[in-house]
Amino acid sequence: MAQDGIASDLGRLTVVPGARPWPRYEVDAETWEGVARQLGQGHGDLLSLWGERDCVHLALRAPDISTPTIFSLRIENGGFPSVGRHHPPAIRLERAVLDLYGHVPDGMPDVRRWLDHGAWGVRAPLGANEPAEPSDPADYDFLPVAGRGMHQIPVGPVHAGIIEPGHFRFTANGETVARLEERLGYVHKGIDGLLTDTDLAKAVRVVARVSGDSTVALSFAFARAVEVALDIEVPKRAQMVRGIMAELERIANHVGDIGAICNDASLTLVHAYCGIFRERVLMACDIAFGHRLMMDEIVPGGVAKDLTFDGIRAIVGAVEFVATGFPEIVRLYDATPSLQDRTATTGIVSRELVTRWGAGGHVGRASGRNFDTRRDLAYAPYDDSPPDVPSYTAGDVDARVWVRIREVEASLRLLRPWLAGLVEGAHRADMPTISEPREGVAMVEAFRGDVLVWLRLTAEGRVARCHVRDASWFQWPLLEAAIEGNIVADFPLCNKSFNCSYSGHDL
Amino acid sequence: MRTLLFKSLFAEPVTTDAPSASEAALAEVGAVLEVRARRLFGRSVSIREIDAGSCNGCELEIHALNNAVYDIERFGMKFVASPRHADVLLVTGPVTHNMKVALERTYAATPDPKWVVAAGDCACGCGVFEGSYAVIGAISKVVPVDLHIAGCPPKPIDLIKGLIALIDKATTPSRLVAGRIRS
Repeated sequence: MAQDGIASDLGRLTVVPGARPWPRYEVDAETWEGVARQLGQGHGDLLSLWGERDCVHLALRAPDISTPTIFSLRIENGGFPSVGRHHPPAIRLERAVLDLYGHVPDGMPDVRRWLDHGAWGVRAPLGANEPAEPSDPADYDFLPVAGRGMHQIPVGPVHAGIIEPGHFRFTANGETVARLEERLGYVHKGIDGLLTDTDLAKAVRVVARVSGDSTVALSFAFARAVEVALDIEVPKRAQMVRGIMAELERIANHVGDIGAICNDASLTLVHAYCGIFRERVLMACDIAFGHRLMMDEIVPGGVAKDLTFDGIRAIVGAVEFVATGFPEIVRLYDATPSLQDRTATTGIVSRELVTRWGAGGHVGRASGRNFDTRRDLAYAPYDDSPPDVPSYTAGDVDARVWVRIREVEASLRLLRPWLAGLVEGAHRADMPTISEPREGVAMVEAFRGDVLVWLRLTAEGRVARCHVRDASWFQWPLLEAAIEGNIVADFPLCNKSFNCSYSGHDL
Repeated sequence: MRTLLFKSLFAEPVTTDAPSASEAALAEVGAVLEVRARRLFGRSVSIREIDAGSCNGCELEIHALNNAVYDIERFGMKFVASPRHADVLLVTGPVTHNMKVALERTYAATPDPKWVVAAGDCACGCGVFEGSYAVIGAISKVVPVDLHIAGCPPKPIDLIKGLIALIDKATTPSRLVAGRIRS
């Protein structure tokens, strides 16, 4: 096995026909393990790892390969060589594969159940699907703690605010957090199962509800995966409307987050104004698209409804409202020492960690990892209008706020020419009929980072399998690192500065 | 900050006008509520939100209830951190098997009299997650529900209309049954 990169192994592999736009290779266990080692040595980013009944896939990108690539391995003897053993970002993904399909990742350091809390009544629901005795949901082997003066604080799953459920097991020495261990999976709805052997119309609706705050980005990725699989050319007008929707979703989430982070540090004035900015954007979306969160509005082929002149006018009004009021809030954030005292140097994530995890979005970009799907794996309409991607290195809560601030400003700059210059034309292309199975994959930059959707369609146009990978898979683990050494009271600030998706992760 | 505070004092309020209670919600809630709420609580209601499996879309709209535009605190409704302080449980999501125990315990920890509001299509009837091994279904399969507010997600205005109906009916004389809701 070559030591100098993944590309050197590709030449002798056979490409799976019909996989687009990235090549997919069916490999043997030795090659799979070699790829895992390469990832472990830092020669590439893991984009995702997911299972099917009889095989397991991983997607990656590497500097020495011109395009992201998928590797597939048939399951033999009920297992596969663990990637997580070499490359920690794969660990939770493999635990999920084990829970859902029963495929054992050989050599994996952590084989505790992750999504399976023993409450389904079955084990390996998408694999053997055998009946299983329910077990106590609180029965989970948290990491052992040793040392004088340590105490544990269990938080969740139900949290004190209006927020999704998850469990955080803090080990603290006085006020200082010595360790945080997360336990997630509480909102696991069986989405992989619902996206296996189903019709396209149902799949579209399920994907839109993987994570409500990213419904536009997820639907965008799903639509693009279908379009690349079916060779559909999306009309230019539809591409621009999609871009408008994606940036509106980004702005609405970012201003909401900035307000919420400041609220957790008691600067409620910023929270109040940001709430008004977000509300203006959502109201404009309601007028323009018929839904405040724009759910179900991006569909394969284009957009569900055309954007009317009244819709454009409503969006322009919201854009100008935010553009006028936002700078003052930014100045306030910047000029309040008591707030800076809370956010600066709190919750630092190192560059080394975000690089290893391939963490995207504001988590990666605040710690020096400057990847943005809109620029680095460009897709319409960003291929004509690449966004300005902010880059900060402090890696603290403050940096994650500044990344959002700059991205709001960049989104406003992207929106204006699209709104002013929206081309005429169709808002949706027709769906072709196909006669053989097709595969497609796409990545989109959601507000919290890159999301990936991979799917296989049958010859009848049904969805044989669809996998959705939210950005949170590569951000949740880093929250455990961010809070180390900080006081417990700063956890809400750190957690809010990440704003990972529970539902997007739990699937 | 002082400049912004000063400007805010003299700015036009952005808060929407109070809506009237939704007809459908009044009809449903009318059958099941009791009179003691007004005597016990005046017109104020403490709400505990529980996500029993949602996609977080409903949570976003519930958050909006507390912004300056909808401002539900002006109706006497506030969100509380503990179920022990709550009168109303506002529950979202198709109940996942993994959240069943947490939902039941939170319900049990809420002192009587209490009301449960199921918010969103998934909470009312499973939504798009119907048929999954991982979900139980509507909230009413796990705990008794007093009010359903449909929507995917329900708009803040619909949430307010439903909650106002809940409070209105809590103040109307009806069958009084030992501090608990009976249909």
